[in-house]
Amino acid sequence: MSFKELELNMGPQHPSTHGVLRLKVTVDNEVIVRIEPVVGYLHRGMEKLWESLTYPQILPLTDRLDYIAAVANNLGFALAVEKLAGIEVPKRAQYIRVILAELMRISSHLAWIGFQANDIGAISVLLYGFEYREDFLDLFETYTGGRLTINAMRIGGVPHDLDGGLIGRIWKTLARLPKRLHEVEMLLNENRIWKHRTQGVGRLSAGEAIAHGLTGPCLRACGVPWDIRKDIPYSSYEDFEFDVPLSDRGDVYGRYLVRMQEIRQSVRIIEQALERLPAGDHIAKVPKILRIPAGEVFHTTEAPKGELGFYIRSNGTDKPERVKMKSPSFINLQSLPLMCRGAIFSDVVGILGSLDIVLGEIDK
Amino acid sequence: MIDGLSEFPGMSAVHDALAARFGSVLLESTFAKKELSVRIQTESLLPVVTFLKSEQGFNALSDMIGLDHPGIPAEGRMRFSVLYQLYKYPAHLRLRLVVDVAEGGDIASVVSVHPAADWAEREIFDMFGIRFAGHPDLRRIYLGTEFEGHPLRKDFPLQGKP
Repeated sequence: MSFKELELNMGPQHPSTHGVLRLKVTVDNEVIVRIEPVVGYLHRGMEKLWESLTYPQILPLTDRLDYIAAVANNLGFALAVEKLAGIEVPKRAQYIRVILAELMRISSHLAWIGFQANDIGAISVLLYGFEYREDFLDLFETYTGGRLTINAMRIGGVPHDLDGGLIGRIWKTLARLPKRLHEVEMLLNENRIWKHRTQGVGRLSAGEAIAHGLTGPCLRACGVPWDIRKDIPYSSYEDFEFDVPLSDRGDVYGRYLVRMQEIRQSVRIIEQALERLPAGDHIAKVPKILRIPAGEVFHTTEAPKGELGFYIRSNGTDKPERVKMKSPSFINLQSLPLMCRGAIFSDVVGILGSLDIVLGEIDK
Repeated sequence: MIDGLSEFPGMSAVHDALAARFGSVLLESTFAKKELSVRIQTESLLPVVTFLKSEQGFNALSDMIGLDHPGIPAEGRMRFSVLYQLYKYPAHLRLRLVVDVAEGGDIASVVSVHPAADWAEREIFDMFGIRFAGHPDLRRIYLGTEFEGHPLRKDFPLQGKP
């Protein structure tokens, strides 16, 4: 049999690359021989810029990294600064942070399920996912005034207290969610096309996943129970009861199952936090000009995409000497060629989507 | 003994094992904010990382961080440092390795031990111009091939070169 390898270019403008990602794909007929992600089209030099800004000035810029889940970035950076500066965050603020972060996780996963189903061809699920996500964006709009880049953290706490009206709306939104998740699952779980396009596709073993640095729902879909909220708790996560959803499938379908279950666990966490919301201040007393003594810190949080880390090195001034962000999408995207071994061309969009990457945090 | 480390038996056991095996390769160890940071001789990086992975269970590389400290070379340090954030799963321990490298010098690539280092090393090469010997495909990752200079160096102007 004679054949010829063909090199195809996908992106940087392509409807299913979730931003400006370019893939250099080499195919032999329908089968992937090589695949090489090319990133950097959205590179804004954030880390260089941060070296010229004060700590509170950096906080709103972290919104622009993972713009689908802005709160997760705000929280990661605020916690790293607080650890470095030794700031004690009031218990009430920690609980409000958990509520916001979990609302954001639900909203991010709902957006993901929409994108993913749309990439595979189930366009109606996109409309459902985005309609449900809208409720959560409305909550954030009420709380901060913004919908996407919302700057919902301050160093030392959160910008506003949660008032009774908003708490009532959070309860109502959560109460609507189980029926809606059920609707999505009715459309997908036993859907023959969905199963055919996701089961056994993009498979990765647990050992490969750890060696390649995979984190977050993609890692847990390989059967590895690694969740920073449980293992190295931050912001009072140790106070809440929740399970770490796992799947031993290691494929795209497993990642879907894990994310759907994670939404339900997030609901549990928010409900517990709302029920037990302690009294007190919503922000610690932090000096207007924050000078942090020389030191370094590496702090990670469990963002919706995976392990989000901030390394901050201070030099005694009000500006950091260096901030390095460990972005989960950047590391997770590295395993794309591994997941695409032997896959056919049409599965690439499904596998890429299942990684849940955001180019804003890959390119920084 | 390092201040405060004895309260964390997991971390102090790792440090003792490293010191017993490598001795004078360890140049400086600090323990601050519950994070252990060990500076080692640059040429011994690969044996240390391999030892930590195969015998001490540090099976994941969370991140690699490049640093530029232009003022430091006077006291025996070099211009750049590269930091390796290692993670031990499932014991959930973190360890930071620090190696120094001079301008124009190179560091051994750890891709053969931790495949996750592939893009991280390319990023540091792109941003600082530090070369990693033995990297399978060392080229810029974010910036174009025609770009000159390495933006995260402290002497690179914030607003870019005209």
